[in-house]
Amino acid sequence: MIRWARRHPGIAAGGLLLVLIVLAAVLAPLLFTVDPTALAPARRTRPPSAEHWFGTDMLGRDVYSRVVYGARVSLIVGFAVAALASAIGLAIGVVAGFVRWLDNVVMRAMDGLMSVPPILLAIALMALTRGSVQNVIIAITIAEVPRVSRLVRGVVLSLRELPYVEAAIAAGTRTPRLIWRHILPNTFAPLIVQASYICASAMITEAILSFIGAGTPPIVPSWGNIMAEGRALWQVKPFIVFFPAAALSITVLAVNLLGDGLRDALDPRLAKRL
Amino acid sequence: MWRYAGRRALATVPVMGFVALFVFSLLYLAPGDPAAIIAGDQASAEDIARIHASLGLDRPFLVRFGEWLWHVLQGDLGTSIFANLSVAHMIGQRIEPTLSLMVLTLVFSVVVAVPLGVLAAARAGSWVDRLVMLFAVLGFSVPVFVMGYVLAFVFALQLDWLPVQGYTPISHGVWPWLRNLILPVVALGAIYIALIARVTRAAMLEVLGQDYVRTARAKGLGLAPILFVHALKNAAVPIVTVIGLGVALLIGGAVVTESVFAIPGVGRLVVDAILRRDYPVIQGVTLLFSFVYVLVNLIVDLLYSVLDPRIRQ
Repeated sequence: MIRWARRHPGIAAGGLLLVLIVLAAVLAPLLFTVDPTALAPARRTRPPSAEHWFGTDMLGRDVYSRVVYGARVSLIVGFAVAALASAIGLAIGVVAGFVRWLDNVVMRAMDGLMSVPPILLAIALMALTRGSVQNVIIAITIAEVPRVSRLVRGVVLSLRELPYVEAAIAAGTRTPRLIWRHILPNTFAPLIVQASYICASAMITEAILSFIGAGTPPIVPSWGNIMAEGRALWQVKPFIVFFPAAALSITVLAVNLLGDGLRDALDPRLAKRL
Repeated sequence: MWRYAGRRALATVPVMGFVALFVFSLLYLAPGDPAAIIAGDQASAEDIARIHASLGLDRPFLVRFGEWLWHVLQGDLGTSIFANLSVAHMIGQRIEPTLSLMVLTLVFSVVVAVPLGVLAAARAGSWVDRLVMLFAVLGFSVPVFVMGYVLAFVFALQLDWLPVQGYTPISHGVWPWLRNLILPVVALGAIYIALIARVTRAAMLEVLGQDYVRTARAKGLGLAPILFVHALKNAAVPIVTVIGLGVALLIGGAVVTESVFAIPGVGRLVVDAILRRDYPVIQGVTLLFSFVYVLVNLIVDLLYSVLDPRIRQ
């Protein structure tokens, strides 16, 4: 176990951190938190103390509780976007790689979507709907899908040239079976690495959207929202912004370490190149 | 060369066409009927229908798209619902701060990141390499607004070296302009530097293993000319590619950076527009930024053939 961890320091450190954060999010009610939305106007903007570890915000809410509960929003958005974008991107990429006449149309559409910078694309989509966690997930997923489908299409096209796939086709393997048995398993490694980066970028995008007022509704204690609320006071009460900012950075760092570690472990050739 | 350039430029037309279609659909799908808003509360259904017709809102989607596209091609991006000003005019008023921020960040990042990446590759495995890679992981993980607040807290509030926020036009002097932009540029540049340094290191590692590098070393060439003349030139294509793709990060990051540092640029314009649901403004800014992004990557495409003539074939 220790030897394994020393060989894959990224996976070990990132994975451990992420497990701790997930545990904190799941067990939030047990971690000495109070109701993250409970107002206490008499105790506004208190600095960190024994009673309020991270202080209180301008409505007297406990910043520690809000940050711990905020982990739920970030993790849900990160994991949901990573899973959805991978699944949809995989489907589009495989279809584009196998159906010649669709390839051109689909990939031009993906190029078009990719030429709108992802954050701007998510902002534009959020402007169409009401702010909710679900809509944030959908908007960020749409912004991330083109990159996944490009990646998968590339892998599929290069796999199709390989002798063993040609042999399978020559032996009369039907397309669905060919995809299931020979193509999909080989897209797994690059896809899981990509998914970890999408997870990290989705968490940042969610925080940015909430921060500029286009993300989750203000009632939800997400890290972006806490920072947005602390923004007006940050020069005098920097702790309100500091704690959610640190939580977000550490979580993203954990996911990135895990992603780099997985990339090195799953694809040594890629590891040398990046 | 010119034929190649023309072909690449033509290839961006369908892409921009799709972007335009997407951006137009945005306004088309936007909730709220402009006719009902113009007509006011007391309007009857017939009044609204009349205004609908006079605005041309009752015509088919494709006809309206064509008309809108025709206006956009002539530089008319529509009128802001909130400010009742032309969107092109509003963007024009706010383009200087955004352009300053993005161009300075681009230059700063490339100047810092490329030598860092080269150094890390030349000393692969050493503590310098590890330090650069550690910085790269941190740069990817600390979001731009967190970086902005940390920098502003340390260098503006605590040390009082630089202004906390705001923007001074370049016409008021280069130093006042630069002073206000140093912190935003560093904050916005962090992730971009991380990205470029990482790719530079990887590209250099690949090139440094080649025979001609060994030959250059064998004939007694110093390390600096080998790294920066022979190797960097051959590693240039992936580096230039990532500089181009990273402009998307710059654009997205600029929106946030302008909010953190209270810079009155196009990013602030779009953030204000979201809060007011001012769709023509969101549309105009999205279209403009996408156009810039496509243009930058077209230039990158053309640079390939300068850097590596084999690509032209």
